[in-house]
Amino acid sequence: MAWFSRNKENISPDTQKKELPDGQWEKCPDCGEIIHKKQLGNNLWTCIKCNYHFRIGSAEYINILLDEGSFKELDKKMRSADPLEFTDTKKYSERIQATIKKLGLNDAVRTGTGKINNMDVAFGCMDFKFIGGSMGSVVGEKLARLIDKAVKNKIPLIIISQSGGARMMEGAFSLMQMAKTSARLTRLHEAKIPYISVLTDPTTGGTTASYAMLGDIHIAEPRALIGFAGPRVIKQTIGKDLPEGFQRSEFLLEHGFVDIVSHRKELKNNIYNVLSLMS
Amino acid sequence: MAKAILEFEKPIAELEAKLNEMRQYSGSLNIEKEIFTIENKVRLLKEELYKGLTRWQRVQLARHPDRPFTLDYIYEMTNNFVELHGDRQVKDDKAIVGGFAQIDDYKVMIIGHQKGRDTKTNVYRNFGMANPEGYRKALRLMKLAEKFDKPVITLIDTPGAFPGLEAEERGQAEAIARNLFEMSKLRVPIIVVIIGEGASGGALGLGVGDRILMLENCWYSVISPESCSSILWRSWDFKEQAAEALKLTAPDLLEQKLIDRIVPEPFGGAHKDHKEAAGLLKEVILEELALLVKIKPDKLIDQRIDKFGRMGAFEE
Ligand SMILES: [Zn+2]
Repeated sequence: MAWFSRNKENISPDTQKKELPDGQWEKCPDCGEIIHKKQLGNNLWTCIKCNYHFRIGSAEYINILLDEGSFKELDKKMRSADPLEFTDTKKYSERIQATIKKLGLNDAVRTGTGKINNMDVAFGCMDFKFIGGSMGSVVGEKLARLIDKAVKNKIPLIIISQSGGARMMEGAFSLMQMAKTSARLTRLHEAKIPYISVLTDPTTGGTTASYAMLGDIHIAEPRALIGFAGPRVIKQTIGKDLPEGFQRSEFLLEHGFVDIVSHRKELKNNIYNVLSLMS
Repeated sequence: MAKAILEFEKPIAELEAKLNEMRQYSGSLNIEKEIFTIENKVRLLKEELYKGLTRWQRVQLARHPDRPFTLDYIYEMTNNFVELHGDRQVKDDKAIVGGFAQIDDYKVMIIGHQKGRDTKTNVYRNFGMANPEGYRKALRLMKLAEKFDKPVITLIDTPGAFPGLEAEERGQAEAIARNLFEMSKLRVPIIVVIIGEGASGGALGLGVGDRILMLENCWYSVISPESCSSILWRSWDFKEQAAEALKLTAPDLLEQKLIDRIVPEPFGGAHKDHKEAAGLLKEVILEELALLVKIKPDKLIDQRIDKFGRMGAFEE
């Protein structure tokens, strides 16, 4: 359905990386501030002037949220099997190969165990740069196994979502990953183990309509796009411009679908704190 | 019932019209032999056509305006249907209908997407595109079924969840996610039937169950062929190719092990004979119910979660 248009929608001017000539500087897409990459990294890829949150991947989140060296990755080698032998303007199998080679990631999520201030957790983090963070069989299976791990080890689950939705090139297989992950979460629920869903820019489509919206606690990064349908599709449907801030984290907070909007610098603390209160 | 004829149905429809005309004169003129020849021709043509339907043709049949919709099946298959309304929070979503009913000896809760048949009823039904209230109404009814230990039957027929402003404000994604979660652990049997269009999350929001059935001429996938075409080919013109690539028909999904069983339709499609279509579905539902009601709730739920757990294709 509609939510696939997200993939293109997200490559909007305000989120595209703008590298300046010598490659050492970045321009904030929001306020235009020129920031040295090193300084940006030190500031956890948020703008020093306006707090704009640059989009980052699993490697950065692992660094930011987990205790140093504590991450032990699970199912690292799992790859898509291209069950439909899907071809559009390009073969899906080739698209996958090329993306793996380019990014050094095998699919759009990495999962494992780690520690947050010495507390054991099951940790999953998506990568938007891998085919729009789309959820296919690999994302579904890795997350399902991560949930099993959390149940087995009796440790809290944290999933960082960043996804345009289910992956078209695996057709109904992708759709069923929504059911698979949601079904598995019921076992975590029955075991009374906490699940914190962290929503980052963007979290849309089938990802939002499954595990991302099923946390005990929902924490969102500021101004992240979070929704089911993509803004352009909604605009086409209703034939009107969308209100300022529509489908952003603060909008979801206001409408009751997010508990906490957290600056990236506070994220680890917020997760730890709320987990401590629930334990 | 208004008769809509699809492009690929036209050659047959024309021959059938001619046949009817000839039959009227068959008494006065001596044309029995000619009628017999044309009848044979029509039969052969039909057999050839419906054996070799392309995926795109099946998508069109799934959307056929004369196809039976949820309420048609309910009225044909059940007795004593009591329609229930509203999510008890915001409103009654007309794109999803449901209520208690009786199928032979079984008292059940039956819920489904509801499309309209003309402009007026389509507007009323929002073209079968539910808002969050629709999913929450469905969940309310499923919980009611659980409370009174009645099996749930869901009928899926939607071009997608409604992509609207209020739908987002009121948590379309959360409503669908909640249903996936709650349906996974509902303590009564759930039979899911795709009766027409099964478009993405909007369809799956009623789609978690113990047995997933699909009528012969339906489609079920993560996206419609048109939207897939517009995104991957950057043009609306590749819907046929997109339908082929998505492998979204009932035989495809059975092969992918994502559904359990295909329900036969009357020859030429469910729109040819609503009564027969409903009869065929009822027969299958009764068979499945007889097996499911024997399974204890804990085992049922475990099997259901594992069933969806097996869906996927990956290498490691
Ligand atoms: Zn800035």
